[in-house]
Amino acid sequence: MAEQMPGKPPMLPRVALALAVCSGLIAHAQDAAGDGAWPMAAHDYANTRFSPLDQVNARNVHSLKLAFSFKTGTTRGNEAAPVVVGSTMYVVTPFPDYLYALDLSRPGANVKWRFDPKPKASAQGVACCDTVNRGVAYDGGRIFMNTLDGDTIAVDAASGNEIWRAHLGDITRGETITMAPVVVKGKVLVGNSGGELGVRGWLTALDAATGKIAWRAWSTGPDADVLIGERFKPHYAQDRGKDLGKTTWPPDAWKIGGGNAWGWISYDPKLDLIYYGTGNPGPWNPDQRPGANKWTSGVFARDPASGEAVWYYQWSPHDLHDYDGVNENVLVDLPIGGKTRAVLLHPDRNGYLYVLDRATGEVLSADPFATITTSFGVDLGDGKLRYNPEKTPRAGRVVHDICPASPGAKDWQPSAWSPRTHLLYIPHNNLCQDAGTYETSYIAGTPYVGADVKMKPGPGGNRGEVLAWDPLARKKVWAIDEKFPAWSGALVTAGDVVFYGTMDGWFKAVDARDGKLLWKFKTDSGVIGQPVSYRGPDGRQYIAVLDGVGGWAGGVVSADIDTRDGSAGLGFTNVMKDLPQYTKKGGTLYVFSLP
Amino acid sequence: MRALLVLIGLAVALGGCDREERKLAKLPSAAPSPATGERRGDLQPGQKGSGLEQTTSSRSFDGKNAFELAQGKRLFRWYNCSGCHSMGGGGMGPALMDNRWIYGHEPDDIYRTIMEGRPNGMPSFRGRIPDAQVWQIVGYIRSISGLAPKAAAPGRNDGLAVTRPENERERATPRNAPGSG
Repeated sequence: MAEQMPGKPPMLPRVALALAVCSGLIAHAQDAAGDGAWPMAAHDYANTRFSPLDQVNARNVHSLKLAFSFKTGTTRGNEAAPVVVGSTMYVVTPFPDYLYALDLSRPGANVKWRFDPKPKASAQGVACCDTVNRGVAYDGGRIFMNTLDGDTIAVDAASGNEIWRAHLGDITRGETITMAPVVVKGKVLVGNSGGELGVRGWLTALDAATGKIAWRAWSTGPDADVLIGERFKPHYAQDRGKDLGKTTWPPDAWKIGGGNAWGWISYDPKLDLIYYGTGNPGPWNPDQRPGANKWTSGVFARDPASGEAVWYYQWSPHDLHDYDGVNENVLVDLPIGGKTRAVLLHPDRNGYLYVLDRATGEVLSADPFATITTSFGVDLGDGKLRYNPEKTPRAGRVVHDICPASPGAKDWQPSAWSPRTHLLYIPHNNLCQDAGTYETSYIAGTPYVGADVKMKPGPGGNRGEVLAWDPLARKKVWAIDEKFPAWSGALVTAGDVVFYGTMDGWFKAVDARDGKLLWKFKTDSGVIGQPVSYRGPDGRQYIAVLDGVGGWAGGVVSADIDTRDGSAGLGFTNVMKDLPQYTKKGGTLYVFSLP
Repeated sequence: MRALLVLIGLAVALGGCDREERKLAKLPSAAPSPATGERRGDLQPGQKGSGLEQTTSSRSFDGKNAFELAQGKRLFRWYNCSGCHSMGGGGMGPALMDNRWIYGHEPDDIYRTIMEGRPNGMPSFRGRIPDAQVWQIVGYIRSISGLAPKAAAPGRNDGLAVTRPENERERATPRNAPGSG
């Protein structure tokens, strides 16, 4: 139930809905994006995180001021993007997954309503990497949200009342949901988390009207479960064959093999295909799962109506280091080889920036954007990643200087693409690690990892970096060193400003063309959220971001991890021991504008 | 003086016996394990209902015995306790090497926490782990924050060394949360 807040008279949901319909306020996700709104975490189906607003630009951003702030009442990691449609902003918090609607038409943006989904407290014990929630999606007058304990809920955007609730994940098997849903053609797309607990991954489509499951595509198992049929035409030979999701595993290992779709989903309306990545295979210890472990650590293109797979490509076959393949696929059209090609850009955890033909899944280029010791490159002939055998974990021995470390050259933190500069702005990590693997037992609902990991800073000593990448020249154009992993999302605007936050609590604006620092603001807690930009009801451009350090990288603060144990928090602690000296727990929304 | 040395020697030797003793069979005089109440969380590792709901048990805690603690350390990893609590620093679950005990630090408190589970994510392992092994894990957990004698606490890791061994840890004087056992 929604709680009505003071300052706004309670309104019957049906009346509110009728009013919304009459005044034509109900917008669909993609239509809304063009109008100064921010209707989904990634802004648009192409996952650009590009705001077309240009009031705030590289020349005036230095005078940006705080317009208002709002405490979320939570202290775990805030990885979400605020969503804005019309005169309302929707903010979802980490567990217990509160959903707030803030009225942007009133000074200070008071709370219109708060929806409390009341997730089960036990869910906190099976969330691998803090109890985060990466955002909600708006479509057709409804907000669609996920809860840590495995529910997807449709909430009436006007009243905050629950419309339907679908129970998709089972925490007793270690299954949680942390990703931001996406609505495509009347279907709510949701993927599960649990790659560190032997949870079998899936992407599920729910009917946006009713919450009924339309289809579910598993990431492992027989073709029927993976929705592989007639239309499946992968570009490379190694991805063709019957039931590879079963035969590339030891018997039954695919049932607890991971491949969770906990990242980003993009959609190309012209090709009518959705794109999303699959997570790491389980357990991390590769000796327990000989084989290519399909369809983990790869990318699927599917028909959103039926879920049928159209193509697949595996970034990291038989993944050795927890390189999930779930990072964003940014859909852009680029002039390559004398003609315009529809491609997707994908900065992977394994350290390569991939350019794929998004109609076929062919790799057009794959270039390192970070330090890599675990592989030598991607063969553009057969599409295979060439592993460095020296960095292959073997049970009972310690392998040193594995780069990138398990969180990858870049983890979940999404990049932004500017159609003006033709650059991809990538916040990412500069981490390496030593690792020892061992045989681990599978006990449903407990971790299934089998690796001790000790992370350390990568070459240069800076643990993070924000860089601008030119996918045509296939090179870095500029880069900014950050002390800690750059764990926030990036935003780029038509004013040619890039915004991002740091774990030590700075929200920064830099010049999109040369990376020059133009403005910064000290936040109460470190920033790991996704900055957004919108046009307010007053016609002005606003920039919004949540602080609240945490996530996998920030557990030393948000989860009170004891830094004397470097292996704590799946090995991240060793490289984050000094974070508590720079920041503390928090949860605040900051909204900025020009004075 | 000589008598004193002999006495000290004898005391050390006897202490050593205690440390080294391996109780392979349950003592007939052993007290029963404390009664555990209803499960306090939604999580029950393994398949629900496949284990024994209640096992007959005796309280076989021995926090001074090196063998018991070493076994506890092995089992702490075997049952994936380390997956959440790491080597004491925590992660998905709280740290165990500090002085904060949300649900109590006495052996019986820890035993109940393992068996009953706790509402914010600690699974209930009752029916999943044999009772004597739970007591070994209890002993080991106390050694993580230096609550076991240094002579009995484990002195090495079998894998990657990322923290000081348990027998080098300073005793972290427990500070139980208000209202806990």
